[in-house]
Amino acid sequence: MFSAIIVLGLLALTFGLLLGFIAIKFKVEGDPLVEKIDAVLPQTQCGQCGYPGCKPYAQAIANETADINQCPPGGETTIIALADLLDREPKPLNPENGEESGKTVVYIDEQTCIGCTLCIQACPIDAIAGAAKQMHTVIESECTGCNLCIPPCPVDCIIIKPVNETIDSWQWDKPNAIAEAKS
Amino acid sequence: MIKNLFKFPGGVHVSQFKDLSIHEKVEPAKLPSKLVLPLHQHIGAAAEPCVEIGELVLKGQKIASANGYVSAPIHAPTSGTIEDIGDYPIAHPSGMSAPCIVIKPDGDDKWIELESHASDYSSIDPSHLRNIIRRAGIVGLGGAGFPTYIKHNPGPDGSVDTLIINGSECEPYITCDDSLMRDRPDEIVCGIRIIKHALNAKHVVVAIEDNKPEAFQAIKKALADFDDESIEAVQIPTIYPAGSEKQLIYTVTGKEVPQNSLPINISIVCQNIGTTAAVYRAINHGEPLISRYVTVTGDIHQPKNLEVLFGTPINELVDQCGGVKGSVRRLIIGGPMMGFAMHQLNLPVIKTTNCVLIDAKESKAFKTRDFAMPCIRCGSCAEACPAGLIPQQLYWYSKSQEFDKAQDYNLYDCIECGCCDYVCPSKIPLVQYYRFAKAEIWKRELEMQKSNTARQRHEFHQFRVEREKAEKAEKHRQKKAALQAKENANKDDIKTGKEADPKKAAILAAMERAKAKKAEPKNTDNLTEAQKKLIAEIDAKRAKQRNAASQAKPTNEDSKDSNNS
Amino acid sequence: MTIPHKKAPNKTLQIRPSPHISGGASVEKIMANVILALMPTVLFAIYLFGLAALVTILIGTFSCLLTEYLFCKANGKPSSISDNSIIITGVLYSLTLPPGLPLWMVCIGGIIAVLLGKLLFGGLGYNLFNPALVGRAFLQAAFPSAMTTWYPAMNADRFTSLPLSTLTFPFTTPSYDTISSATPLAAMKFDQILTDSSDLFLGLSSGSLGETSSLLILTGGIYLIARRMMRWQIPAGIFITVVIISTITHNISPNTYPSAQFMLFSGGLMLGAMFMATDMVASPITAKGCFIYGLLIGVLVMIIRLWGGMPEGVMYAILFANAVSPHIDRWTQPRPYGYRKTKS
Repeated sequence: MFSAIIVLGLLALTFGLLLGFIAIKFKVEGDPLVEKIDAVLPQTQCGQCGYPGCKPYAQAIANETADINQCPPGGETTIIALADLLDREPKPLNPENGEESGKTVVYIDEQTCIGCTLCIQACPIDAIAGAAKQMHTVIESECTGCNLCIPPCPVDCIIIKPVNETIDSWQWDKPNAIAEAKS
Repeated sequence: MIKNLFKFPGGVHVSQFKDLSIHEKVEPAKLPSKLVLPLHQHIGAAAEPCVEIGELVLKGQKIASANGYVSAPIHAPTSGTIEDIGDYPIAHPSGMSAPCIVIKPDGDDKWIELESHASDYSSIDPSHLRNIIRRAGIVGLGGAGFPTYIKHNPGPDGSVDTLIINGSECEPYITCDDSLMRDRPDEIVCGIRIIKHALNAKHVVVAIEDNKPEAFQAIKKALADFDDESIEAVQIPTIYPAGSEKQLIYTVTGKEVPQNSLPINISIVCQNIGTTAAVYRAINHGEPLISRYVTVTGDIHQPKNLEVLFGTPINELVDQCGGVKGSVRRLIIGGPMMGFAMHQLNLPVIKTTNCVLIDAKESKAFKTRDFAMPCIRCGSCAEACPAGLIPQQLYWYSKSQEFDKAQDYNLYDCIECGCCDYVCPSKIPLVQYYRFAKAEIWKRELEMQKSNTARQRHEFHQFRVEREKAEKAEKHRQKKAALQAKENANKDDIKTGKEADPKKAAILAAMERAKAKKAEPKNTDNLTEAQKKLIAEIDAKRAKQRNAASQAKPTNEDSKDSNNS
Repeated sequence: MTIPHKKAPNKTLQIRPSPHISGGASVEKIMANVILALMPTVLFAIYLFGLAALVTILIGTFSCLLTEYLFCKANGKPSSISDNSIIITGVLYSLTLPPGLPLWMVCIGGIIAVLLGKLLFGGLGYNLFNPALVGRAFLQAAFPSAMTTWYPAMNADRFTSLPLSTLTFPFTTPSYDTISSATPLAAMKFDQILTDSSDLFLGLSSGSLGETSSLLILTGGIYLIARRMMRWQIPAGIFITVVIISTITHNISPNTYPSAQFMLFSGGLMLGAMFMATDMVASPITAKGCFIYGLLIGVLVMIIRLWGGMPEGVMYAILFANAVSPHIDRWTQPRPYGYRKTKS
């Protein structure tokens, strides 16, 4: 009886120590989860998620204070990628945050622009070039379509332009077995 | 010399339907009322127009010049007026338009003065030959349209082992290479000899599928005239896709082109039969590439091969061949295995258009795939795949959008030949799944790059805003500190009466005097004792306050500094 | 303010992805040919066992069909019975049953086969195991005695009356009117009685409905191989291992271990090798994989037959190999073009 207790106790102690040792020795460094989430987000910095940029949103997702369905520019693709990454169920985009729309960029109507620099300050990625009292212009290749420059513009000279499919960007649709069956 | 051929894995035997179009004599296509020449007729950058609207051009005149290394110029197929330069529908599965030059022929068909008539190509330097080929706008006429002159670079060795001339034409229905070989074997052989010279090739193999005995005999006869033992014609077994570059190289040499590599890296160059004839015309006659043989076949009353000027609308070719049997359901440009269905008939023929295939509603030759069944894992696709892939797995992962896994199964080694699709008992549109997956992977890659730049730019933006703030604060602090230091110095001087610097002290003293003079109001001259005392008290209080403030301020600044840093 | 889109393409002609032609193969055709290839065996079973066989095959097939039909209907899916695959499952399943098995058991087994073996995996193309064998495995576990009671072949009144056990009231124990006979394998295993190989080959022996005539099964299988609707590598792999192992063991101890031809032609080996193991969905994809899969089945069959507690092991061997086949696929990936190790 007594010996059994001692043996079991010793065994427990040994394994406990072993486990503790392993826990310390092989500790997995905290996942750079925020970085990983941030990498999945589309980096428009548009703030439609309710956070002042993609990184803060990533932080919020990592802290579980935000859901994964709040990013309209990323849309379904991003939600699925996030669900995969975080091992959660994908869910439809939260309509409060906006709708998934086609990719757009903005351009400045140079006739109307008064050179106030307000849009330059609003642009999260410095994609608007110009100086005070000089006409501004959007570097279209860099524009992410966040539309953050539109509200500050006092003369409404910033215009949303859809990114049209071109012959080079055109691609085959995903075949749809059901559509195949119907046609 | 070629002793034995090699059999690549997979492949399918498809019904040929080549008899439809091969028996009719080749005739030139009628001059259309309008020629629409897309600027992008080849792999690489689109050509740039070098003519203006309204300009008169002669046949063979350059109307668009090559734009960069991988590009090719475009020449006027006939004489006429430039009617427009703008977007017109082109032969692309998207159905979209692209920039084109429109020529209104004047009917004279007047040639421009041609620059060179080399009767003896062997005296021309290979690099000069390449230049002539480049200026003639010759691209691979087999289908891909890769600028030919780039292929004619023998690489660092200065020579290539084997030059393979591809006369296999393995797709069903197409007979344009076949009839070219029957009609112009001498031109082809001359072209082969020119390319051999340009490449400094040791051996040349003309590979012709054994379902084209007449063409084979014609080439053989033409070769016999030259008595060049390093050039031989071989018959290869008829199996689709024997004419695919990689498979052809394996059939002839037993070598495989390593993944992500080009044939030139194993010292092999492949050329299409049509290209050789075009090279001959360019070198010996100085003619640029302005026309080609096009097979017009399918559900047509008189299927045949036509010699077509680039830019001719397809519907006029169809009309010339007796029109469609019934009503058109599909127009396929290229063969039935790899060709693309187009949205409309009014599309121009370009350099890579080898076949115009019409499918009428009434015909049953082209199966309409109307029901996709689930995959039953029968393995027919893996058996048929000439690239040694498992199409079933690629399909599975493309469908579920697990693109990483699809790439693990070598998605990008798929040549989209359509063999797996052809044999699939479940009629699954496999090739389309692969195209979709490939395009989607590229798109995501691109989006990833874009979002990475955006992230970097945003991070830099934040850094810049921070820095500017810090700079501003720093400037502010420095200004304030300077001011404070000055004030403090003043006060210290007053308090201690010490004069660190006599010069400074002198200035200070002078300032003090001036101040005293200025500051001393006149009404203090004759004051009562009580008044004087009051003033002294107030002064003392002020000094005290000032002192207190001056002591407090630096500490504030200090703490701010530490905060900032 | 938005910029107008480029004109949408004028879609007048039909747009289809290439290839625009297709070979003649279709799932329905393959399945119909398999049914055709099974017909001689079915007819022979009816000849041997009479009405019992006919009723069992009809009820077995019908229960499978009905299960699939109702399942599709309940789930709002288009009915998938038209692809003929369920008929094969039903017929194959019935052929694995002993004659005289109570019909209610036949029904339950059929439902289990289709539901557990096929539909719950996602239907045709998704099943990991051969559904017919899943059904049989269930019956073997649930009603072991009924599944190993063999009604003798060539009964004089087989065309006029059904065995008593066939019409047993559901969920009651069947009673048998005739003395059951042993299958050749069981006779060999437990009593060391050898059945003549030529009898086995021609099928004049007792056993499950479809495991009697090796000749007819082979004929059907060869027909399918000739039509390229079956992978010859699978039966070849099975036969090779069975012959090798039984030859070796027979030479070591001829009394305990039967000869190769006895092993080949007895029990469910022929039917299993030709029609069960070759189920496309549950077998590997590549030719090499199929051969390895066949070898594995052969080894497993021999282990169970020679050293296991049961006289027959084809069913379990195939089910095990089914489970391994996705892994075999992974191991036997062909080398894609251009990935040859450079000899340099």
